[in-house]
Amino acid sequence: MKGQRPILPPRWATRFLYWYCRPELVEDLDGDLAEYFDRNCGTKGPRRAKFIYVLDVVKFCRPYTIRKPKPLHPLIHWLMLGNYIKTSSRNLVRNKLFSAINISGLAISMTVGLLLIGVLSDILSYDQFHKNYHRIYRVVSEYEFLKKKDMSLMATTSTKAGQLIRNEFATPEAVAIIRRNFDGDVTYNNKTLPLDGFWANQDLFKVFSFELAKGNPETALRDAFSVVLTESAAKKLFGDDEALGKSITYNNDKSYTVTGILKDIPKFSHIHFEMLGSLPTREVLYKDSKDEMKWDNIWSTWVYLLLPEGTDPNSLQPELVKLSEREDPTVENTHIGLQLQALGDIMISPDMNNQIGDVMGVSSLWIFGSLAFVVILSASFNYTNLSIARSLRRTREVGIRKVVGALRSQVRNQFIVEAVLISCCALLIALVLYVIVKPVFLSFNPDLQALYQLDLSPKNLGLFIAFALLLGIVTGFFPALFFSKVNTIDVLKDGATFRLSRKLTARKVLIVFQYCISIILITSTAIVYQQYRHYIAFDLGFSTENIINVPLQGNKADLLKKDIEELPEVVDVSQSQMVTSIGNYWISRVKSPEHPEDSAGVAYNVVDEKYLPLHNHQLLAGRNFQARTGKFEESEVIVNVEVLKRFQVAGGDPQKAIDQVLKIDGKEVRIIGVMKDFSYGRANDKASDRTIMFRYNNEGLDELNIKVASTDLLATRNKLEAIWKKHDSVHPYEGKFYSEQLELAFAELKAAIKIAGVLAFLAITIASMGLLGMVVFTTETRLKEVSIRKVMGASVHGLLFLLGKGFLSLLGIATLISLPLTILFFEQVAFPELSNHAPLSITDMLLGVGVVLVIALAMILSQTFKAAQTNPAEVLKNE
Amino acid sequence: MKGTNLGEFEELVLLTVAALIDDAYSVAICDELERHSKRPVKLGAVHAVLNRLEDKGLLKSKLGEATNVRGGKRKRFYTVTVPGKTALVKARELREDLWNRIPSFALKAIAS
Repeated sequence: MKGQRPILPPRWATRFLYWYCRPELVEDLDGDLAEYFDRNCGTKGPRRAKFIYVLDVVKFCRPYTIRKPKPLHPLIHWLMLGNYIKTSSRNLVRNKLFSAINISGLAISMTVGLLLIGVLSDILSYDQFHKNYHRIYRVVSEYEFLKKKDMSLMATTSTKAGQLIRNEFATPEAVAIIRRNFDGDVTYNNKTLPLDGFWANQDLFKVFSFELAKGNPETALRDAFSVVLTESAAKKLFGDDEALGKSITYNNDKSYTVTGILKDIPKFSHIHFEMLGSLPTREVLYKDSKDEMKWDNIWSTWVYLLLPEGTDPNSLQPELVKLSEREDPTVENTHIGLQLQALGDIMISPDMNNQIGDVMGVSSLWIFGSLAFVVILSASFNYTNLSIARSLRRTREVGIRKVVGALRSQVRNQFIVEAVLISCCALLIALVLYVIVKPVFLSFNPDLQALYQLDLSPKNLGLFIAFALLLGIVTGFFPALFFSKVNTIDVLKDGATFRLSRKLTARKVLIVFQYCISIILITSTAIVYQQYRHYIAFDLGFSTENIINVPLQGNKADLLKKDIEELPEVVDVSQSQMVTSIGNYWISRVKSPEHPEDSAGVAYNVVDEKYLPLHNHQLLAGRNFQARTGKFEESEVIVNVEVLKRFQVAGGDPQKAIDQVLKIDGKEVRIIGVMKDFSYGRANDKASDRTIMFRYNNEGLDELNIKVASTDLLATRNKLEAIWKKHDSVHPYEGKFYSEQLELAFAELKAAIKIAGVLAFLAITIASMGLLGMVVFTTETRLKEVSIRKVMGASVHGLLFLLGKGFLSLLGIATLISLPLTILFFEQVAFPELSNHAPLSITDMLLGVGVVLVIALAMILSQTFKAAQTNPAEVLKNE
Repeated sequence: MKGTNLGEFEELVLLTVAALIDDAYSVAICDELERHSKRPVKLGAVHAVLNRLEDKGLLKSKLGEATNVRGGKRKRFYTVTVPGKTALVKARELREDLWNRIPSFALKAIAS
């Protein structure tokens, strides 16, 4: 037997026995089992013996062997809680610097967390006021033309699909159909108001819980030419008069009867409107329109289904597929696929076009969420780092506690309580910061203002407190684990020799991580800002300088134009249907007569004869439009070279393309000019998509383009506004400088930069505070060494280098990791998605890194310099 | 209270403890029972009964010295208490009483 290892029963089973069994019984039981095990080993072999052992351990699990919970324990915990809080608060006060760093770092990061919680809780409370919230689904469409699928889904579908589902499907209890474009001027008793709204059918009130203050929800939207107003809209139009049953005029055309007054739409509704026109009206108005009920007219109608309780929305999918198969042949080369989307998914839906209102979008949620998480993580690291760094002092306290009889779990609890205490202090500061930061955050982007309230409601407060407790527990977890494992004898024998080196690498990794995050955030912000500047100043291919675009809002252009032209500073005025390069697209189907089966959408703008020279559009060949008067048949078009290439006109040669013919929406028109390329949609559009044309018209153009030459642009603006007021008392003046509009087109990017910038700033602050804490700690512990070195004749800069070099190398490592990561991300992931981007500028990135490093260096130098300057006699005289 | 009434298995265990005198610990009791009754006796069952008898005050126990068998774990030795002895005697008297009331002829048939 000698030298042979004895066969032992499985360790885990023994541990399990010790875990569940009463302490007074366990030794005997364990011995018995061991005896049996030995016996079985001899007779039945070790494997079977082990099996029997495990079986017996389980069998011993009987009521009389199982450990009873001790009634004393919780009481002790409660009693000790007071003690924990007392020692923790003493500790907080004793180490003012560390406490300040911990609390303020946590408070700052917590503010970000609170904003995130506020945003999430706002988003999740959207549409909750609908009684049938869980049973409402929206029909969304995917569009496929010539087997080419659109990248993203449409939140809209066709009116036809809505009507067919409503009439033919058995499952839905009600089908609400909402169509856009019931917005315009409403007149009652010579009082005119512009109002926003939709067309909707009578099922709207069955599906949604929009409450009618007056009127019958069954019939309010049933008949043609009925309109439902919200209370505030009715108040604006009718004042205190009774509105129900009155007749109002819409867009100076038809008159509608008010059949219902709606309570105002709650803020947290994804649909907002001031009035609803009855959908049957459209059946009268657009009886002869071919487009109205076309299967592929999927851009203007939202359809919502109310499914019976407990219906699986997927069970409708086969029916929807069948509907698509049946209706696809009614349109050429097109496939429309239909899907259902739950009401609760709308606010955080994946990127979808044609939303009915503003939505958060799942990608921005993820980005914001992960950035917030990183910042909070960074602050927690500070806490972990600093607590473990200070552990030299605290370990003795822990040692004494253990000697007196504290259990490991009690030490753990103590440090978790301490962390929770700190995070509660941080919460108080964070709440104040939250109130201050909230309006700033919301003003980053008008969309944010529209979407969120971020109220300090009781529900949110509860969430905040829960968040603070959770954060406390999480941040306190590692220090607690560390302290509870402290070996009592080691600590008390000689505190000074207690070695911390084991934990040192982990702490270095944490510092490097924090600095990586800071550098990545700040360089990314710098890069995105550079892109923004690049797009704002992008050479669009035409001139936008000193041009003011004024939407006519239904006014007659001629009179207004005449008045404006009289202003001395106005150089010229042109008209167009829309403003290009700010994110709008008007698209028509174009064919070449030579290839009749091949058609494609071409972006266009309808302009007058002055538009091209006013905007400095360059013609490569041919001529500009000529002014025409009266009614005329469209016969001329100006295209860019991409159009020639796309339709293989004259081999792409501008000179030869003149007088060639194209078919636009079925009408034959002659190419009279070929222009230089320009950015039609936005500066970041792909060049290959740029098939553009100009069409001519002398009426129905909604924008005035006013070119001014003035030194005092503000005064000119005011003069224009005065003229506008003279002509239109109903609508506010909405003229904007072209440059302003270009910036607005990138408002999202601007908001993103602001948010990223703030987060980068926070990350740097937190990392710097953490670094400061570490430097203070290191220099304090090495003060004696420094003094002795000084006595021996070390120079101040030598000492600076000695103390600082460790941190410098950490910063160096962080830079070396994060810079390539950032460059890789932008070159490989972000830029391929982005056309016309500016090249990565290394100087901008280095500037970002430089800022971070200079702050860090200032932290290090200030402390090390202090240490190097101390009088060695002061330090050493106590020895 | 169930008091001092003994179940059949309880009585057997109690008797075995009394019989083993100074060496009455769980495994030994188990082996002894198995040897005499010729039926498999489970350690868990013996433990449970020992525990119950101790609760009833019929047995008392103390831990022995640690040895290098059993993984160095101490044995728990049981001894019968005075109430335990009384209970055994009572059970035996009850039985003898009943035996004595049986007329001798009645058992003859069974015995032969």
